[in-house]
Amino acid sequence: MAQASQPSMNRPIKPSGKLPYWVEPAFTIVAFGGFIIYSLWEVLFHNTGTYHNYVSPFFSPGVAGWFGFHVLTALYVVWVPFIFRFSCYYYRKEYYRAFSFHPFGCAVAEPKSHRNRSYKGEWKINNLHRYTWFLAVIVLIFLWKDVVEAFIFPNGFGVGIGSLILLINAILLTGYTFSCHAFRNMIGGRKDCFSCTAHGQSQKTTSYKLWHRISEANVFHGTWAWASLFSVWIADLYVRLLIMGVIHDVRLF
Amino acid sequence: MSEQYVLSIFRGDQNGGEEQEYQVPAIPGMVVLDAVHYVQAHDAPDLGVRWNCKAAHCGSCSAEINGMPKLMCKTRLDEYQGQVVHIQPMRTFPIVKDLVADVSWNYEVAKKIATFTPVNAAPFRMQQWDVDRVQEFHHCIECFLCQDVCHVLRDHDAKDQYFGPRFMVKMAEFEMHPVDGADRIPQLKNEGGIGMCNVTKCCTEVCPQHIHITDNAIIPLKERVADRYYDPIRNLIRRLTKKEESSSSTVPSKA
Repeated sequence: MAQASQPSMNRPIKPSGKLPYWVEPAFTIVAFGGFIIYSLWEVLFHNTGTYHNYVSPFFSPGVAGWFGFHVLTALYVVWVPFIFRFSCYYYRKEYYRAFSFHPFGCAVAEPKSHRNRSYKGEWKINNLHRYTWFLAVIVLIFLWKDVVEAFIFPNGFGVGIGSLILLINAILLTGYTFSCHAFRNMIGGRKDCFSCTAHGQSQKTTSYKLWHRISEANVFHGTWAWASLFSVWIADLYVRLLIMGVIHDVRLF
Repeated sequence: MSEQYVLSIFRGDQNGGEEQEYQVPAIPGMVVLDAVHYVQAHDAPDLGVRWNCKAAHCGSCSAEINGMPKLMCKTRLDEYQGQVVHIQPMRTFPIVKDLVADVSWNYEVAKKIATFTPVNAAPFRMQQWDVDRVQEFHHCIECFLCQDVCHVLRDHDAKDQYFGPRFMVKMAEFEMHPVDGADRIPQLKNEGGIGMCNVTKCCTEVCPQHIHITDNAIIPLKERVADRYYDPIRNLIRRLTKKEESSSSTVPSKA
């Protein structure tokens, strides 16, 4: 039941806030765009991401090696985090605002070109985010294995800058993965009543406590998302620069 | 001469209109609604403005202040020092007069939603930590700022395809209630148009009650719709077990 819209008014003003409305989408375009260009360079022009005991997150797990493939080896892995992030509820906000201008900012009029195209809502494929979560968890397990190996040097246990970078990366990715909205639903969000399974007892159930914890982490899902994106970027760049001989790893002890 | 604010207020109706400027003396702690009342009392007694509690509880004085949907009673004028303060009616709804928008469409939508449907007769016995989640949604004051800023309604005028964030909150409030037994998932997917929301979170940003509309209402409901309609493995299990999934809740056993 569409209603008559308002008569045209002179609206010279753009919404004002703490920051200009275009700052956030502009940041998204620069950060995302930069990351995508970097990823393409990494995936298309490099076939290994291993430097001694350090493995780049772009190349772990070594799926290509399992099947004997030696070209575009990162491609066999990076599609998992890509579809996980693409279908992520937080990133939907960012890319719908920054790349498709639906809308560019709150209360900012959409471009005139949108008037000739009917809006059909979000892509239904995004409903499969829950499956991409499981795939992301599998990759995450391998990244934690890489972290352990990053602390094991030929002469035994040690700590290098690379070890710490890979550790921080795994922590941030774990925070991002387990603060996911789909995981929050799986872990208990679809329940209407937690105490029902506890026969109405007043003690909070484990299921409720877990859901509550995930809900607390979920508040910062966007922060986890950006932090983990940059940590992946930094971790891969560090390993790449080591491989290229541009820098040398510093052993702390 | 004391400090003054310049207000540029939309004056007009369905047939059109334009902004007119008014000078208002600055008083410490003044909110936009105070200034509009000053204009009404001194310069424009026929200025149309809807208000009631002046305490951010009734949700009546919604408007667009310098382009951003806000409650006039909760917006301090000193936020706009040195600027002309543009005040316009909510853009998503038809204008009645000046700052008054016709929000009756929202009440028509509300009638379509199955209200609280308890599986057992009152009194209900439930744990506080079970109802904390839905009590967040009770804070809604129906100011309709979320409806106003939602681009699906605002830019695409898709009022026949999407109920809007306010009613996603309302449906979440009932759907997640521990003793509610109604199934609103098919309505959410079809008539309610939850798929029209692309999670850009503007509704959350403008909510004066700080309800996490997207994260706590819309996305959990989207996940429930995905559980029912877009999860091939759950669908397969349902078919194999011939089990119809229902969102009906179980009532805690009574002592």
